[in-house]
Amino acid sequence: MVKSDIRTDCCQRKQKNRNQFLRYLQRDWQLYVLMVLPMLFILVFKFLPYQGLTIAFKDYKVAKGYAGSSWAGLSIFRKVFGKRDFGQAFSNTLLLNILDLVFGFPMPVILALILNEIKNRYFKSIMQTLLYLPHFLSWVIVGGIGYSLFSVSSGVVNVLIRNAGHSPVPFLQENTWWLISYVLIGVWQSMGWGTIIYLAAITGVNSELYEAARVDGAGRLKQCIHVTLPCIRSTIVTLLIMNLGKLMGGSFERIYALANAKATEYTTTIPVLVYRWGIESGKFSEATALGLFQSVIGLALVVAADLIAKRLGEDGLI
Amino acid sequence: MSRNQYKKPWSWSRTRKKDFVVDVFFHILIFVISMTCLLPFIHIFAKSISREAYVIANKVFLVPIDINFNAYRKVLQDSSIVRSLYVSIIVTVSFTAIGTFLTISAAYALSRVQLRGRKIMTFLIMFTMYFTAGTIPDYLLMNNLHMLDTWWCMILPLSFAAYNFLIMKNNFKASIPDSLIESALIDGASHFKILSYIVVPLSKPIIATISLFYAVGRWNAYSDALFYIKQRADLRPLQLKLYYLVVAASESFKAEGGIAAGQITNPEVLKASCIIFATLPIICVYPFIQRYFVQGTMIGAVKG
Repeated sequence: MVKSDIRTDCCQRKQKNRNQFLRYLQRDWQLYVLMVLPMLFILVFKFLPYQGLTIAFKDYKVAKGYAGSSWAGLSIFRKVFGKRDFGQAFSNTLLLNILDLVFGFPMPVILALILNEIKNRYFKSIMQTLLYLPHFLSWVIVGGIGYSLFSVSSGVVNVLIRNAGHSPVPFLQENTWWLISYVLIGVWQSMGWGTIIYLAAITGVNSELYEAARVDGAGRLKQCIHVTLPCIRSTIVTLLIMNLGKLMGGSFERIYALANAKATEYTTTIPVLVYRWGIESGKFSEATALGLFQSVIGLALVVAADLIAKRLGEDGLI
Repeated sequence: MSRNQYKKPWSWSRTRKKDFVVDVFFHILIFVISMTCLLPFIHIFAKSISREAYVIANKVFLVPIDINFNAYRKVLQDSSIVRSLYVSIIVTVSFTAIGTFLTISAAYALSRVQLRGRKIMTFLIMFTMYFTAGTIPDYLLMNNLHMLDTWWCMILPLSFAAYNFLIMKNNFKASIPDSLIESALIDGASHFKILSYIVVPLSKPIIATISLFYAVGRWNAYSDALFYIKQRADLRPLQLKLYYLVVAASESFKAEGGIAAGQITNPEVLKASCIIFATLPIICVYPFIQRYFVQGTMIGAVKG
């Protein structure tokens, strides 16, 4: 008796749930129709590739397909970690990203603070327009400009250096100089655009704070250090942590547009190696394993960065 | 009063002088830094329209010498460059149209609170922002779908971006009052009608921003074309063509239709004209689109 009661109750609830679901479907079917195409795109172009990740654990042969290739356990990873290229790519990726962080991160803050001191609106907006420009150029164009300006024989910078009586500098043709040029070009490309968020944060600073500081006799430098900087501190910290999360990332396009045969020591990074192994030489399993290694570390760093940000009382990223 | 008059001129003039010096210094500093963003273009432009001999002699700096447009004539005569411009335009326009359409529909549907399964769908979309399968699985997918060396591999895979979706959704939530949509629903309007007659007209700025994000991103990217377009040279977008011409220098200019346009052979001049040729579309629209980009970036920074 009791048993059947429970059963009918259960059935009724199921029935009710189904009815409810049908009701939602009936009420919101238009919204679901709107979602069909976007979800289809996400499933096909973002989630189907996850299936391809399995070949990092398989001895993948194109002819056999995903399912037909035999499992290889972790042997692919062991093979990847054993390669000399891997160690080089790993340390290069870290090195380039750390240099970017050290030199590229403070620049927008400094630039935003200086821009904030400029009161002439027209001058300021013209300068901002110019500073934002490199952000809109593709890395191919930036690379082309770089080669055009810095080449040893005909680059304008070296022409000027030679005219001044010094010997030309191989900006993009020698390993150490290449590294310096790479970082500087990156800083140049992103510094202007990076100011936007800081300028927005500075606009939000309460102007009474400046007045109070002025009454207390603070000059412009002191106002900057004791009012502006503390007020945009949370923005700076959030962006810093966000950038820490990108330490294992790295733009393929940027490196590839600046790499050349003469300076190769620092140009082998993980994305470049993935391209070379996978698409150029068809070693798909190794390349996928390498890519997976990078994205797992990247994800872990982002999650850690988010936790740290939240622990510090800043807004999280996720 | 008298004390004020006695004290003010002295202290004012001193701070004023200091202020003035600091101001001048900052203006010059910003001016110099901004010029590093402008002068390279002026230099390359000057190179591209100067007589070849002066460029070879390294005499051209910021002012062109003996102006002529032979290099551009040669660039335009190379049918593969013109073709790549055509490919870029077609790809960018269709990519932007598809991407904007998908983003608007998803953002509207998922900004409706009553929609069941809203959370799980949002999560699925946002998850792709933090963990992507990577280059090779994407490449193999394109291979399995037989999309390598087709137009579709440049148009479809990236056309729905989680980040743009997030910006659009937050903007819909913040700028369109729920009561407006609810009253339209009560009046019997369908969601399609609400979307096309209320939401879209009210959200023109954010739609412009998002479509520009898509368009500029698509126009500038070259890595996916580098990965996916191998055999069919006629499907190379402009940036990839430029990569082969200028950066890798693995291809040379084809002189087609006779060599009547002056015998320009110096690669420096040709590269310079190519760079300007490829930058011109961006520079032309840049002053108008900059504002939308700044707004979009600030909305994105607020995040959700």
